[in-house]
Amino acid sequence: MSTASIPDDLLLRERFTDIKPALSPQAAVIEANRCLNCFDAPCTAACPTHIDVPGFIKRISTGNLRGSALRILDANILGSSCAKACPVEVLCEGACVMHRYNSEPIQIGRLQRYAMDSFQATGEELLTAPRGSRNVQVACIGGGPASLACAAELCRHGAHAIIIERNELPGGLNTYGIAEYKLRTSDSLREAEMIRRMGVEFRTGAAIETAEALEELESEFDFLFLGVGLGAMQRMNISGEDHKGVLNALEFIASYKTGRLRELSGTVVVVGAGNTAIDAASAARRLGAETVYLLYRRGEREMTAFDFEYEHAKHEGVQFLWRRQPYAIRTNERGRLLLDTVQVNEADKALLPVANSEYVIECDYVIPAIGQSPFAQLVQDLRRIELRNGIIVVDPETGQTGNSRYFAGGDCANGGREVVDAVADGKRAARAILKIAEAAYA
Amino acid sequence: MPDIRVHRFAGKIDAPNPFWLASGPTTNSSEQIMRAFDAGWGGVVWKTIGDPIKNASPRYSSVDWNGTRMVGLNNIELISDRSIEANLRELGEVKKYYPYHPIIASLMVDSKREAWHEIVQRTEDAGADGLELNFSCPHGMNERGMGSAIGQVPDCTEKITAWVKEKARTPVLVKLSPNVTDIRATAAAARRGGADGLSAINTINSIVGIDLDTFVPRPNVDGASTHGGYGGPAIKPIALNMVQQIMSDPASALPLSGMGGISNWRDAVEFMLLGCGTVQVCTAAMHYGYRVVEDMAEGLENWMRTKGFATLDDFRGLSLDRVTDWNSLNLNYKVIAHIDEQKCIGCGLCQIACWDGAHQCIHSDRVSGPVNGQIQLHDGPPTVEFRSRTSLATTPVTRQERAAAASSHGPYPTPLAKIPRVDETECTGCNLCALVCPVDECITMVRAGDNELTESREKDSRGSEVAAEPRRS
Repeated sequence: MSTASIPDDLLLRERFTDIKPALSPQAAVIEANRCLNCFDAPCTAACPTHIDVPGFIKRISTGNLRGSALRILDANILGSSCAKACPVEVLCEGACVMHRYNSEPIQIGRLQRYAMDSFQATGEELLTAPRGSRNVQVACIGGGPASLACAAELCRHGAHAIIIERNELPGGLNTYGIAEYKLRTSDSLREAEMIRRMGVEFRTGAAIETAEALEELESEFDFLFLGVGLGAMQRMNISGEDHKGVLNALEFIASYKTGRLRELSGTVVVVGAGNTAIDAASAARRLGAETVYLLYRRGEREMTAFDFEYEHAKHEGVQFLWRRQPYAIRTNERGRLLLDTVQVNEADKALLPVANSEYVIECDYVIPAIGQSPFAQLVQDLRRIELRNGIIVVDPETGQTGNSRYFAGGDCANGGREVVDAVADGKRAARAILKIAEAAYA
Repeated sequence: MPDIRVHRFAGKIDAPNPFWLASGPTTNSSEQIMRAFDAGWGGVVWKTIGDPIKNASPRYSSVDWNGTRMVGLNNIELISDRSIEANLRELGEVKKYYPYHPIIASLMVDSKREAWHEIVQRTEDAGADGLELNFSCPHGMNERGMGSAIGQVPDCTEKITAWVKEKARTPVLVKLSPNVTDIRATAAAARRGGADGLSAINTINSIVGIDLDTFVPRPNVDGASTHGGYGGPAIKPIALNMVQQIMSDPASALPLSGMGGISNWRDAVEFMLLGCGTVQVCTAAMHYGYRVVEDMAEGLENWMRTKGFATLDDFRGLSLDRVTDWNSLNLNYKVIAHIDEQKCIGCGLCQIACWDGAHQCIHSDRVSGPVNGQIQLHDGPPTVEFRSRTSLATTPVTRQERAAAASSHGPYPTPLAKIPRVDETECTGCNLCALVCPVDECITMVRAGDNELTESREKDSRGSEVAAEPRRS
């Protein structure tokens, strides 16, 4: 199956201009020259995939752009999407020594994007070892970043890997779940296409939902990698939640990214205060909603979104309602939603409603963004795969589960982190698999 | 208020300050030179006058380094492309308006006694305060038997200088070429010829770079290039060395107008500390305009004020006796590197420089426990990097994780594990780490022990104490 792109949507592109625009060639060189070229650089250590940051940056300054991109891809096959989607403020750029040098950190993310964009513009394909030069077959279940990274790493070393994805398009949350002003769906698909050209086989629109289906894969493949992500978004469990104006954040983000939802108007209430809530609220503003509230049951200091995401949402005009919780959704005679909310106070870790603080928000959409449930249904049925709080237990060094033929990585094994963490998980698992296979072969 | 005026340079030349524009594109016409004087320049050496030439286009090219433009500038421009008459008429005009600003005329004519006599007469009649004999232009003119073709042959230098001296009434400076084996030979020849002073150095023969697409070196003149004269900040160390050589040799020392990469007052002071009476600037003024002189004059004055120097002569040449033969250095003097943990930003540049370019005695072992001794006892750079690149790192997504990642590292701004440590038992005191460290005063070189301290002070025959630590500017 193909990793075919979806058409470029000009309206979407206009509404979601890049939050971190591309650097011009000269700006890139100036910024690259600012890098001190640290030894044993803290940015490299902070990156979950340990990209050789000074190495790729110095290659930009000398005009060795191909070398720069290959240096990135060597450590992180999704270097292009990570350049845009990574919360660099708490990773490489957060670790930059420039913070202690009376200076702004090097714009590593934007430089990485510059190198990757230049490489992609050449259309060059990545070199891999001859297919089949390693006699190992691996099926990666789930088509998100963890599986992409695992399959690509295997393929690069001559192993055979396939990716099985239940959606029509590969890429997982890179395709369906990241705010468009950070990473475009077309970017994600282009990256998947690069991996397909490396020799990874994609089976999209194919769900593995039963233990029988898994057993069938077991007979066909030596190892299975689970990169299935987390499950559905959690429900608020309040009355009226099934109204069509209630749309969970991931569905909402996927809808606008795939062109099913192109415009909004009126008032939108996002419930939750994580990074996904921020993405949804900011997107609602850009899609045209006049008023966007973000409702959070705790306070500003407790919100889990990154500081820069919070700042971004404020800049977009999102209004924050702290310590307020919804308890029902009704509709009025004009068909608008009425969200019943109440002020809550935290006492002994419980949230207690404040008397006479009820307030009804008249709105057009309610977007719950209160986290994803663990996606454990499938693997629960499997033998010897241990789960803890719905998360697959793995050896952090290798991604190997209690069942030695099964590896896992990404959100389903780390509980929900960033794209770059998923890539690191997938790469580590692939290397562990190659090592085991090599030992068995020798 | 320190007095930065120049008195009786080369016998006769007074100037409001020692900053002169060197002969070149910035001193090409009266209009330019009057603006230069208005901007604050203390004198000019008029762009070389001689039979007019036709120039090439383009004629400049430069070396950029790490994003900085023009750390070195190369040119293939020849002498004035305007007539001797026009130049001398303008020279006279400028003198009328600026009687107290010296104008030195740079001259270059055929190697004939009559030709030199004639140009000297005409130039002095026009009002020049001094003459600078261009025996050093390294491109084009030398192919015609002039410029560095003269300056590279001591006998020719001596002979033509003597011809000029037969006629000249104003001081005669000989501008020396660095494109020789030993600049003292031509300096001494000029002295024997009767020169009143010297100018040094002219530009250095160079090819500054080659276009990797066309394979033509720069500047590309219709598909070909030629060697050009190299100047700018990059050549300052070479110029300082030659200035020191000239001024330390009694056979060659003369009043010296120093130049070669002077971009600011600090550079200028260095040339004066090696004995220069005036300094000349070209590339810096070409790059940023005449206004660069403002900070030069102010900076010099302020420096003199802090040091308590009243006149330029108070400090001229003070560094000359601080240059000795290598064999005269005190080999018992021993410094070792010291890293200021409060200032260290954890870039690791000292560590990799020490391992790959020095003596393998800077380690990252503060957390694991300091170990002193030979190289085999320590983890080399590949091991250190391998450890980092195989460590597990994850994005801190929860507030607790982020708080932990951002929490203080202990007593220093940088995590202790990232602050390198100097093994003082193995440190040779080479100074490389202090040079690569991006932070001022973070790595200093300190005396290894008190015994050496006494010994070295005793050895200091000049009776004054030298600063123990090489200071970083």
